[in-house]
Amino acid sequence: MNHLIVAPLVLPLLMGAIIVLAVNRSISLHRTLGLISSALVTLITGLLLYQAINGPIQMYVLGNWSPPFGIIMVLDRLSAMMIFITSLLAFLCLLYAVKGTDEQGKNFHALFQFQLLGINGAFLTGDIFNLFVFFEVMLLSSYGLVLHGGGARRTKAGMHYVMLNLVGSSVFLIGVGILYGLIGSLNMADMAVRLAHAPADNAALLQAGGLILFGVFALKAALLPLYFWLPNAYGFTSAPVAALFAVMTKVGVYVILRVYTLIFGEHGGVAANVLEPWLIPVALLTLIAGSIGVVASRDLRQTIAYMVVASVGTLLAVIGTFSVDAVAAAIVYLPHTTFMTAAMFLVADMIRQQRLGVGAALIPDRPVGQERLLGLLFLGAAVAIGGLPPLSGFTAKVMMLMGVQSHAAAPWIWSLVLISGLMGLIALGRAGSLIFWKTIPLDDTGVGAYTKAPHADIPRFDAGYVFPALALLAISPVLVLFGGPLSDFGYAVAAQISQPIHYIEAVLGSDAVAALLSAGGH
Amino acid sequence: MELLFTSCMGVMIACGVYLMLRARTFPFVLGLTLLGYAVNMFLFVSGRLKTNLPAVISPAQLQYTDPLPQALVLTAIVIGFAMVAFVVVLALKASGELGTDHVDGHKENNS
Repeated sequence: MNHLIVAPLVLPLLMGAIIVLAVNRSISLHRTLGLISSALVTLITGLLLYQAINGPIQMYVLGNWSPPFGIIMVLDRLSAMMIFITSLLAFLCLLYAVKGTDEQGKNFHALFQFQLLGINGAFLTGDIFNLFVFFEVMLLSSYGLVLHGGGARRTKAGMHYVMLNLVGSSVFLIGVGILYGLIGSLNMADMAVRLAHAPADNAALLQAGGLILFGVFALKAALLPLYFWLPNAYGFTSAPVAALFAVMTKVGVYVILRVYTLIFGEHGGVAANVLEPWLIPVALLTLIAGSIGVVASRDLRQTIAYMVVASVGTLLAVIGTFSVDAVAAAIVYLPHTTFMTAAMFLVADMIRQQRLGVGAALIPDRPVGQERLLGLLFLGAAVAIGGLPPLSGFTAKVMMLMGVQSHAAAPWIWSLVLISGLMGLIALGRAGSLIFWKTIPLDDTGVGAYTKAPHADIPRFDAGYVFPALALLAISPVLVLFGGPLSDFGYAVAAQISQPIHYIEAVLGSDAVAALLSAGGH
Repeated sequence: MELLFTSCMGVMIACGVYLMLRARTFPFVLGLTLLGYAVNMFLFVSGRLKTNLPAVISPAQLQYTDPLPQALVLTAIVIGFAMVAFVVVLALKASGELGTDHVDGHKENNS
């Protein structure tokens, strides 16, 4: 058994616990421990990704309770990619956070490690009740991180976030209870096999259970009627937290992709393909609502938060076709959108700090202190997010549009993805010209008129401060340069996702696959 | 017993949803607690209702009750308890910072 698989969970857990014990020691100790842990987890997940690309699906059986009885962690290409994205993003966000955000309150670093544990656990687990537990670990640390730093706006937005997710957790348990009551297993691979044999009498309840779970996942992913918590929670929290949360909505996307291909996929018996009629319409409506929010926001950080909503809509509309080409394209788009939104959150935060009068609000103010630096960073991030060549947004979007073209909903997806791209460009172009060009002079009359100077006493950013945002942006050209291997990887992931029998065989052995296929035969 | 159990859950969920929709923090916490109780009972009966049966396989008795939902309920209770504790503290913090117990921060009494 490959013990490396459980390391991305154990390491942050131990380090978080150590940081909690050292709560009254200096912040530099917390920073060192947090950075060491994040860097190690990034290395380990990179290694796991390498193994997953070249090897079979691996499984880690906790306590050696053989499946389907014990809890398992499963490392396939999709989960390996997701934990690597999470860990790399977390490391860069932490590098930004140690520049001062972490001093706004105690326990930032411990919460950050537990957050990493929760997200990685949700990606790795192969058990649906364990998924609930990791969701709760992830959410409880995210509640702390959203509120980190305090302030009335943050508290209000955080309260909505907490309350909605608590109700979501209850609903998740109802869905799990229905499914367990009917098919008697919680191991996802075993559920898939048993669902294939489920009697037709239970069809309505099984489908209801599947769709109740979708409601919860839609809340995590921020789909249309359930996204209203996101713009305020992401827009008003501290920048490194918002940047890390760019991957949290992708947890919802990942779980939808996993559960509705593995359990409720084509082998799902009476509840097969239960999500297919719902996903594309809901995702496209989310895309519309997100795009309207992008244009309508009066604060740069909220604009970016709405872009998260729009990107989830795009991803799920493409995934909703459930074709290999489209899923492969979505796998290429997913790292791009995660890293670029995170970069934009960091850039917006640096802009905010140099506009003392209005912060990140889209109101004219005196110019920022480092116009060239911030202007270029903003331009780079905007080009990448807006989907313009030569950066990765363009290639990923082209691949997605090509991937869905044979589907009946293709005209809708094409037009809405393209229009939302245009809306994003308009919003970012307007925000950029307003922040960098439409600046107001020193004072309106008298001596200072027409001389434009930044506010006094603004922080000036050195190379170390800019590095995390720059590194996140630098991922975009890398994604373009290695576009060939990346799209091959996307197809390799899609091949595993579209053939859930490989996952089931890796977890339960070939007998289970035979049982599954025999059920599909009649 | 099935009827008693389901009507209990139904009443608790109805009350819980009503209280949560009051949009005030304290009724929300009460509503969440009620909803949590109902969900725990629901998880518990997902192993079916049986009386006087052991939760372990014993040679003395042929039938047994499913032990897994009991473990699940235990986990759910612990997590739910922690979440309620958190949301109570958050509600106190919010009423201190926003000066009201309305979840949207409305000051006027428009409930």
